[in-house]
Amino acid sequence: MTDLDTAPHTAVALRGGHLPRYAPAIAGVVAIAAGALIGITVHWNLAGIAILAVLLYMVGLTIWSRLVENARRATDRLVTSLVWVALSLAFIPLFSLLYETVSKGAGAINGKFLTWTMRNVIDAPGGIYHAIVGTLLITLAATVIAVPVGLLSAIYLVEYGGPSRLARWIRFLVDVMTGIPSIVAGLFAYALFSLIIGPGTQFGIGGGVALSLLMIPIVVRSTEEMLKLVPHDLREASYALGVPKWKTIVKVVLPTAMAGIITGVTLAIARVIGETAPLLIICGSTDSLNTNLFHGQMTSLPVFIYTSYTQAGANPEILQKMAWGAALVLIVIVMVLNVLARVAGRFFAPKTGH
Amino acid sequence: MSTAQTETGSPKRRLGDLVFANLTLAAGVLILIALAGVAIFLTVEGAPALGAGSSDLSGHSNFLTYVAPLVFGTLLAALIALLIALPLSLGVALAVSHFAPRRVAVLIGYVVDLLAAVPSVVYGLWGILVLGPRLIPVYAWLSAHASWIPFFGGTPSNTGRTILTASIVLAIMIIPIITAITREIFSQTPRLNEEAALALGATRWEMVRLAVLPYGRSGIVSAAMLGLGRALGETMAVALVLSASGVVTFHLISSTNPSTIAANIALTFADASGVQRNALIASGLVLFLITFVVNFSARAIVARYEPGSK
Repeated sequence: MTDLDTAPHTAVALRGGHLPRYAPAIAGVVAIAAGALIGITVHWNLAGIAILAVLLYMVGLTIWSRLVENARRATDRLVTSLVWVALSLAFIPLFSLLYETVSKGAGAINGKFLTWTMRNVIDAPGGIYHAIVGTLLITLAATVIAVPVGLLSAIYLVEYGGPSRLARWIRFLVDVMTGIPSIVAGLFAYALFSLIIGPGTQFGIGGGVALSLLMIPIVVRSTEEMLKLVPHDLREASYALGVPKWKTIVKVVLPTAMAGIITGVTLAIARVIGETAPLLIICGSTDSLNTNLFHGQMTSLPVFIYTSYTQAGANPEILQKMAWGAALVLIVIVMVLNVLARVAGRFFAPKTGH
Repeated sequence: MSTAQTETGSPKRRLGDLVFANLTLAAGVLILIALAGVAIFLTVEGAPALGAGSSDLSGHSNFLTYVAPLVFGTLLAALIALLIALPLSLGVALAVSHFAPRRVAVLIGYVVDLLAAVPSVVYGLWGILVLGPRLIPVYAWLSAHASWIPFFGGTPSNTGRTILTASIVLAIMIIPIITAITREIFSQTPRLNEEAALALGATRWEMVRLAVLPYGRSGIVSAAMLGLGRALGETMAVALVLSASGVVTFHLISSTNPSTIAANIALTFADASGVQRNALIASGLVLFLITFVVNFSARAIVARYEPGSK
């Protein structure tokens, strides 16, 4: 009730100048306008104008901030814009890819495309039925091999191995295995069956073996994470009732973690279903439908896309269009699997009882 | 933990337990066997290539001179891809962990997942039919105005199918894995460190530089190496995009390009026969060893800094 209230506010600046909240927006609009103006006068295309506008925005905002605020804030604004530029640069190719695939592939897809094979089809649009069947069979084979091995290994790592030396090595090498190049997996399967059956063996189950090698590490790691999340109280409660350990794992631990395990397996399938290189080597390719995993070459969707482009023949447009169509089908399959993985996670989640 | 408690509690082991425990152990050991099997079978099937002559090694006198240019091309393409992908991935990771509002960050996470979900052969198709043609004028311009930089020397490609195009496609493909790991590490930065920096008046960038980046340094290194490993072994994108002639050159935009091990296998395996296939398998073994070393070191760095391992 003294001087404090009545004292005139002196001009001691406790904080420096501040750009308004909407400063980036202003700078953005000005940069786009200036970029477009300059770009149009010197006849640049859209990409050139966009690059120019982004550069103008970054330089303009930084200088403005430097003048009004201070050097540190100017750097902060520069880095913030750099982060967003990096983000857009990383995403532009994806959107371009999705746009091109949909726009070029959608026209190729019709009833015939999905139900015919390429048998005796020359210089005319055929179908990809044989490739879809091949992909499904090979992926099924890979899943049948990879899921039991991956699941049991994860159980070993969490329930039995614990901190033992062997378990630590398995865990570490499984991580290293996630980095095995897919083509090496294909060569492994080829070398394996060349030694067992005879040189030059190419068939569907070999593709299953190659893909399972790529799938196992993903299944092990995701299952391990899920098993670790199961509360110890549940296990202890089961032991207290006199339930053997293996039955506790099968009846208590696994059902509790089931949602996460199914999500992990589905994501692993989605990851390998698009693999091309190993199948190119061990499964070969054919124009006909082959439903026998154990005999004869088998085409899968990714390999079909690859061969349609590389062996386009006399009329490359026809097969190229089919390649885009097959790419669209493949992407849709992968997307559906990804969505299924998340939905399955919710569906199989243990009931909380509340 | 639970193992010790239950074992002390039960004097006799049940048959079911014994069978189940050994079954899971067998599965774990099977993984180790499979990994060893990769090295063994590739060695057995690749061995005949060591004695091969020039007719089976596309004109090279021995296996070493055959595989050396391929190793060069593999490393070159992967390193350029890493150079492009690392800054972009760090940008994306920082946007998710520190710069974007929460909702936008979730959305960005979905898009990164999408980026990882697209099959490599589709990236290849996009690279050769969409990206390549768009880059032709850029390469022509670079060749005309920047050919004094050694990387941009040589005759510019008129198809866009150069090692730089292949590296750009590779970069896009390894962004998700680098982003996933760095973003995980960045979001684990101790909250107190960040808030201490902010409380001292640091701007957001200064906070990131002082608290987040030092904490995540080892994570960034290992993420970069994992990305490198992925780029080294990536096959289809390079096989489709690159117009390779097997030369050793640092010219990135010219019409003659080095090939990579993986792409060379994919392109020539179907038409190869006899010892030629053995040579391809042997080159695959070289690729396996390179990626194994890179991944092994990367994982070793991650394992060292994993919480609870100290």
